[in-house]
Amino acid sequence: MPRRIIERPRGIEYLSILDEKGRVDKKLEPDIPEETLKAIHRLMVFARLFDERTLQLQRQGRIGTFAPIKGQEAAQVASVLRLREQDWFVPSFRETAAQIHRGLTPQDVWLFYAGYREGVRVPEHDLPLCVPVGSQCQHAVGIAYASKLKKRDEVTMVFHGDGATSEGDFHEAMNFAGVFHLPVVFVCQNNQWAISLPRERQTASKTIAQKAIAYGFGGIQVDGNDPLAVWVAAGEAVERARSESEPTLIECVTYRLAVHTTADDPKRYRSDEEVKEWEKKDPIPRFEKYLKAKGVMSDKDFAAVREEIREELKTAWKETEQVIRELEATRPDVIFDAIHAETPPELAEQRAYFLRRLEREGGRHA
Amino acid sequence: MPEITLIEGVNLALKEKMAENENVVVLGQDVGLDGGIFRATIGLIEEFGADRVIDTPLAEAGIIGMAVGMAMNGLIPIPEMQFSGFSYTAFHQIENHVARYHWRTRGQIPMPMVIRMPYGAGVRAFELHSESREAYWAHTPGLKVVIPSTPRKARALLRAAIEHPDPVVFYEPKAIYRAFRENVSDEPETMEIGKAEVVREGRHITMIAYGAMMPRTLEAARMLADEGIEAEVIDLMTVSPLDEETIIESVRRTGRALVVHEAPRSFGPAAEIIARLNDKIFFELEAPVARVTGYDMPPPFFAREQWFLPSPTRIADEARETLKL
Repeated sequence: MPRRIIERPRGIEYLSILDEKGRVDKKLEPDIPEETLKAIHRLMVFARLFDERTLQLQRQGRIGTFAPIKGQEAAQVASVLRLREQDWFVPSFRETAAQIHRGLTPQDVWLFYAGYREGVRVPEHDLPLCVPVGSQCQHAVGIAYASKLKKRDEVTMVFHGDGATSEGDFHEAMNFAGVFHLPVVFVCQNNQWAISLPRERQTASKTIAQKAIAYGFGGIQVDGNDPLAVWVAAGEAVERARSESEPTLIECVTYRLAVHTTADDPKRYRSDEEVKEWEKKDPIPRFEKYLKAKGVMSDKDFAAVREEIREELKTAWKETEQVIRELEATRPDVIFDAIHAETPPELAEQRAYFLRRLEREGGRHA
Repeated sequence: MPEITLIEGVNLALKEKMAENENVVVLGQDVGLDGGIFRATIGLIEEFGADRVIDTPLAEAGIIGMAVGMAMNGLIPIPEMQFSGFSYTAFHQIENHVARYHWRTRGQIPMPMVIRMPYGAGVRAFELHSESREAYWAHTPGLKVVIPSTPRKARALLRAAIEHPDPVVFYEPKAIYRAFRENVSDEPETMEIGKAEVVREGRHITMIAYGAMMPRTLEAARMLADEGIEAEVIDLMTVSPLDEETIIESVRRTGRALVVHEAPRSFGPAAEIIARLNDKIFFELEAPVARVTGYDMPPPFFAREQWFLPSPTRIADEARETLKL
């Protein structure tokens, strides 16, 4: 009969350990082995240089439209590094760094962006890049359900952006994850902009993390440009999934420093000043300050890492160009490959027609 | 009026109709401040304000579902799906509600709405940005499907679609958004929905196409003309309902026909057109009606998409085959 509060939602924590000036909260600082610190650093720098190179290739017309990740390296690197090989990695379309950690090569990514299905190589327990925004969240739930059913020690980590949190697919996935108590970690890369729509127009809730509360599990907001905070939050979430079979939503507050894709012109909708403010919060310089202060790496080491990566990318592009030449020489009826497991008769007929035409036209587009 | 591109034709119609009727609203992702990712809605927010040019959260089903409610309450919503491939997320709202409310309520709740979406391959985009699935919408009872092929038609047909009492899926051929310019009249021009147009006259064969396949089909007709084959070319403009009268009148004269679309072959619009011709004038046909289409596959990743799209050469070849019979 009375009107009373029956549920006081759990609070939403914000976690930041290493700030933009490189200052560390010693009480919160995780104990990360030196080799892992170096691995985080290398992967972030790799992603940044790969991004720059890929942008150049796009501007030169060597590849097509491309979605850069600049600024979001910490959010995806420090989280995906928490997965073991048997865990599942489910990306959206802006997780190149995480994909490379999981076993894609620069060549795979370049072939994909150059318009070849051959660029979709899927390492075990990974899914390929997913175009329809947020739809991959539901697949993560299904994967996690199967892991649980089969009593396999597997955690599923799914990435999405702030835009995805408006899609029904995201909410349905969160609800299923809560209802079935699934070992899944939702990593939201809240990069503030869904093309031209700012975060505050995407949702009226104060945080994205709090959306987890409605679905019966925990959410946390972290400074997504702080690799230490992401590392800690992702570690806790993966552990909760593994030992308690409970989902978590991690909101990484980060920023898309570059374009949505190379077909986008952000000057139409956001100010240079805003971008400059976020450039100051860049995850890489602050992490390098941290590594230096800790005595893990020096300026010389940083330069050496960059040099090594640049060389690696140079070689990788040379090899990719060679592969593209080979693919261009491939008989184009490969477009008929692997559409079904069992090819229907009319499709076989269409392929035969295609080949007859190809022969008649001497291999030209016809 | 200066010569404009197809996308500018879309923009012009939106501006005109928004100025003419304060109940017309535009909604979708990036349609406001950004002016639409293809710039179809550029300048609208400045002219008509953010209340009528609505930047929505990222949710296709939400955009269409909200448009349904708007149409119920006196507005004429023009939701944009950023790419036709993204409309699948909204399929249930379109199929379950947009197309059925008039039927469900015996006309008590009509659905005046235009769902705009760019479609088609040939722009070197990645997956789900090159889809041509007009057959889905044409197959759904309750919808009209309109596909312009030139700047002038884009403007005039979009105006007509906005004035139309039923929901219209307005499928925009993005491959030719900026391919060429055309003069449009200073006075608002409106073309009738459900009418096709003979855009080139000929007596040997009728070639039927629409949207982005029009320039390719006309190119094929020019190739054939060099050999003395006079192809008549029909621009459907409205895929559903089909303008049977114009098609039949032409094919009756030529005795031969060929249908072109980039959508997959099986169960595509050509199959319907061929069935209608068989129903109505089977004994007047000199040869089986041919079709030149995309293959039964998702559009290939873009490095090989041109192998998928009907080319002028392929269209001309198939016309010659038909003429041999």
